[in-house]
Amino acid sequence: MRMPIFRGMKRWGLILSAVLLSSLLLAACGENSPSILNPSGPVALKEANLFWFILVVATIVFVVVETLLIYSIVRFRERPNSPTPVQTHGNNTVELIWTIVPSLFLFVVLVGTIYTMFGLTNFTSVNSRPLQIRVVGHQWWWEFDYLNEHIVTADELVIPVGTRIEAQLLSQNVIHSFWVPELFGKTDVVPGHNNMSVFQADNIGSFRGQCTEFCGLEHAHMNFYVIVKSQDDYNTWLSSQEQSASSTPTDPTALAGQKLFLGSGGCQGCHGIVGVNLKDDQHLNSGQDASVLVGPNLTHFGSRREIAGGVLQWDPASCVVVTGSNGQPTIQNPDACGLYQWLKDPLAVKPGTDMVIRSLSDTEIAQLIAYLESLT
Amino acid sequence: MATRTITEGVSIARRRRLSETYIGDWLMTTDHKKLGIMYMVTGFFFFLVGGVDALLIRTQLAQPNGKVLSPDVYNQIFTMHAITMIFLFVMPMLTGLGNYIVPLMIGARDMAFPRLNAFGYWVVLFGGLFLTSSFLFGAAPNVGWFAYAPLTELSGAGTTSCGNAVLCTPGPNMDFWALGILMLGISSIAGSINFVVTILKLRAPGMTINRMPLFTWMTLITAFLLLFSLPSVSMASILILLDRHLGTHFYVAGFGGDPLLWQHLFWSFGHPEVYILILPAFGIISEVLPVFSRKPIFGYTFIAWSGVAIGFLSFTVWAHHMFAVGLPLVAQAFFATSTTLIAIPTAVKIFNWLGTTWGGKLSFKPPMLFALGFIAMFLIGGLNGAALAIVPFDYQVTDTYFVVAHLHYVLFGGTVFGIFAGIFYWFPKITGKLLNERLAQVQFWLMLIGVNLTFFPMHILGLLGMPRRIYTYPDKLGWNEMNLIATIGAFTLGVAILVFIWNFVVTLRSGEAAGTDPWDAFTLEWDTESPPKPYNFLEIPTVRSRRPFYDKKNPETADWKSMTH
Repeated sequence: MRMPIFRGMKRWGLILSAVLLSSLLLAACGENSPSILNPSGPVALKEANLFWFILVVATIVFVVVETLLIYSIVRFRERPNSPTPVQTHGNNTVELIWTIVPSLFLFVVLVGTIYTMFGLTNFTSVNSRPLQIRVVGHQWWWEFDYLNEHIVTADELVIPVGTRIEAQLLSQNVIHSFWVPELFGKTDVVPGHNNMSVFQADNIGSFRGQCTEFCGLEHAHMNFYVIVKSQDDYNTWLSSQEQSASSTPTDPTALAGQKLFLGSGGCQGCHGIVGVNLKDDQHLNSGQDASVLVGPNLTHFGSRREIAGGVLQWDPASCVVVTGSNGQPTIQNPDACGLYQWLKDPLAVKPGTDMVIRSLSDTEIAQLIAYLESLT
Repeated sequence: MATRTITEGVSIARRRRLSETYIGDWLMTTDHKKLGIMYMVTGFFFFLVGGVDALLIRTQLAQPNGKVLSPDVYNQIFTMHAITMIFLFVMPMLTGLGNYIVPLMIGARDMAFPRLNAFGYWVVLFGGLFLTSSFLFGAAPNVGWFAYAPLTELSGAGTTSCGNAVLCTPGPNMDFWALGILMLGISSIAGSINFVVTILKLRAPGMTINRMPLFTWMTLITAFLLLFSLPSVSMASILILLDRHLGTHFYVAGFGGDPLLWQHLFWSFGHPEVYILILPAFGIISEVLPVFSRKPIFGYTFIAWSGVAIGFLSFTVWAHHMFAVGLPLVAQAFFATSTTLIAIPTAVKIFNWLGTTWGGKLSFKPPMLFALGFIAMFLIGGLNGAALAIVPFDYQVTDTYFVVAHLHYVLFGGTVFGIFAGIFYWFPKITGKLLNERLAQVQFWLMLIGVNLTFFPMHILGLLGMPRRIYTYPDKLGWNEMNLIATIGAFTLGVAILVFIWNFVVTLRSGEAAGTDPWDAFTLEWDTESPPKPYNFLEIPTVRSRRPFYDKKNPETADWKSMTH
C-alpha cells in the first residue's frame, strides 16, 4: 500500500515542475503582456524589485518547509518493523526558534515594504515641470483632461517621456481602478475621494492599462493605452490637439457626415467637437457637470485608435471609404473596420453601453467615418 | 393491569406522529448528529452547485474572446460561485462537522440548545435556496461577493446616486445578496452561540479547557469570530437596503455618504471570515496528523494559542483588502504590519504540524493524505498571502488573478483539503463504514494535480496584468496558455469530486464495516459506537489528559501518568 504513494509523488513532482518551468518560460516570452515584471517607469520598477525580493524570500521558505515535509514523509513512513514512536508532546526551545526565525524574516520584509512605500513617488525627472492630468472613470471608458493644456482625450493618454505625471482620479459613478502594470500599481478611482496617482515613464512606447475594480456589466472592456512620446513628438502632438476642428470640412462625404453628426444622427447630444458644437472655453469635459457631455470628446478622434474602452480598435487603412454601386459612399470592407461595427450596432459590440443610436444605413456610416477620420 | 392494556391499545391505534416517520424524524429532529449530517449534505450539495459555476467560469475563460456566457450571466455566475462556496458550502460543511463531532469529542450528549441548532440549520437551507433561486428570476447577485457600493445602489438616473450611467444595480440582484446574507448571518449567530455554550459548559468531567481536542478549540475560536464579525456585515447589508429602498444615501458620495464606508464595514467582517473558513480546517488537521503519526500533537499549547492570536489579529487586518483605495500611508503601514504579524502564528502552526509528523510512524490512510496535502498547499497560500501584505507590490497585484491564486490556495488547497481529511477521518464514525481507500487515493492525486494546474498559472496571469472579474480578454496579451491550463486543471478537480461521489455511493451500498475505532484514535468520539446512539455515551467518560481514549487503551503509558496538564 505504500508504493503507489511514492510513485504518485514522483509523477506529481514531475508534473508540477513541468508546469512551473513552462509557466516561467511563457512568462518570460510573453512580451506583449502588460507585465509588472517589465517596468518602464520608476514606480513600477520599485514595485517589481520588491517582487523579486519577496520571491527569493518566499522560495527559500517554500523549499525549506516542503523539503522538511517530504523528508518527514519518506523517513518516518510506517515500515513493518517501525518501533512505536516516542510520545513527545512538544519542546519549548524549538517552539521559540520557529517563532523567532519567521518573525525575523517577516521583519526584514516589513522594513522593505514600509521603506519602499513611503518613497514610492520620490524619483527624479528629466522634465522639471510635472504634467497635471485629471483622469475621469466612466462606465466603461476613460477620459483624460489635460488641466493646463486645456485638451481632452479618451482611452489614450499621451505623455512625454521622463516627466512626472500627477493624475487626479475622479469618478461620478462607481468605483474604478487606474492601473498600467508597466508604469504604476493601481489606485482606486472613488467617488467623493480625491485620489492621486503619481508616475513617470522612462521609455518611449505604448503601455496597456485596464480598470481593475469591478465596475459593472462591461468591466472587462475598460482598457486604455498610455502612449509615451519623446518631448519633441509630444510637443507636436500637443499643438495639433490644441487646434479646433474645422467647422466646414472640405471633403463632401465628410461634410455630409458632419451634417449627420449635428442633425439626424443624434451624435451631438452626447459627443462634443471643439469648433463645431463646442466653443473653445467649454470643451473641457470636467466631469463636474455630468450633463454637459456623456460621451467622449471627439475633436481629435481621427488621431486615436481605441474605441469604447478598447473594445475595438480602428485604423483608417482598414476603413476605406469608396463609392458603392448605387453611387453613394460605402465602406470597402465592413468586416475589417472596427468603427463600422461600432456605428452599426454598439449594443452588439458592447452590451450595456450608453451609446444608444438609431439604426444607420451603410451610406450614413460611411459619411460619419469619413468625417471622424478627418478629425485628426 | 387492565388500564395499562387499554392505554397501549390506544397508542397502537392512533396515527403515527410526524416525528415518528422516517422523513418526519429528519424534518423535526433536534439531534446534533442528524443535524450535523443535514448540514454536511446541504453543504456538499451547494459545493456541487458552486463547482458548476466554477466550471462555467473556466469554460468561458478557456480561450480569448470567449462566447459561452454573456457578460451579465458571467457576472452573476462568478458572484454566485463565491457566495455559494463561502456561505453555502464551507460554512455549513464545517458547522456540520463541528455539530456532529464536537459534542462527541467533549463527551456531551448533545449541543447545549438542540432546538436553536435545528433552527440554525433550517435557516441555512432556506437562505441558501433563497439565494440560489435568484437564478430563476435571472437576477442572481452580479456585483462580486464583496458587492462594493455604489455599484450596488439602485439605478441612479435622476437621483444621480450613481452618476450619469445607466447601470448601477437596478434589478433585485443586490436585494437577494443583502437579504440572503442577513438570513445566513442569523443562522451563523445561532450556531455560534450554541458552540460557545456547548464547549464552555458541557465538557465531560476532567476535560479542562487545556485538555480540549484542538478541533474543539478551533471551533470555539471560530464561533467567537462569527459572533463579533457578523454584526458588521449585517449592518452593512441593512444600510444598503435602506439606500436602495428608503432613499437614504449612506454610500453615495454626492449626498454626504461614502462608498468606502461599505468597504470598511464589509472587510471588518470579511477578513475574520477568511479565518472562519480556515481555522476549523486547522483543527481537523491537528486531529488527523497525530493519529496517523502515532504521536501526540506537537506543541498543543502553541497550536491552541496561536489560534487565539490569529482570532484577535484577524480583527486588525481588514484594510489590507483596501491598500489601493487611497488610505493615508501611515494607515497602510499599520495594516501592513498587522498583516505581517498574523503570519507568525500561522507559521508556528505549520511548524508544529511538521513536528507532529517528525519521528512518527506515518501511515498514509486517506485522511492523512489529505492532511499532508493540506500542509503542502496551504503553505503556498500562506506565502503568496504574505506577499500581498507588501503594500507597493500589492498595488500591482491586488484585484488581479494573483489574488485569485492566493485565495484558492488557501480555500481549496487549505480548507477543501482539510474538509476532505475530516470527511475521510470521521465518515466511519458517522456511517459505520470505511470509504474505499483506492478511490480515495485516486481522488487525492487528481485533486493535488488539479489544484496546482488550476491555480498556479493564475499567479503568472496576475503578474502578466490580467485583472480578476473580467468576462473576457483579448488575444495576443500572452494570457491564453495560462488560462487554458487553468481550465484543464478545473476540470481535473471536477473529475476528482466525481470520484468522491462514486466512492460515497459505493461505500454506502457495500462499504467495509468500520467498527468503533478503525484508526486506533485518541479522542472520545471513537470511544462509542459507530454511528453513536442518540445519547452518544452510555456513561459519560472521565477525562484525565488530552488523549482520553489513548489513555483508556494504553493504561501503562497513559498520558496523565507523565503529563501535568
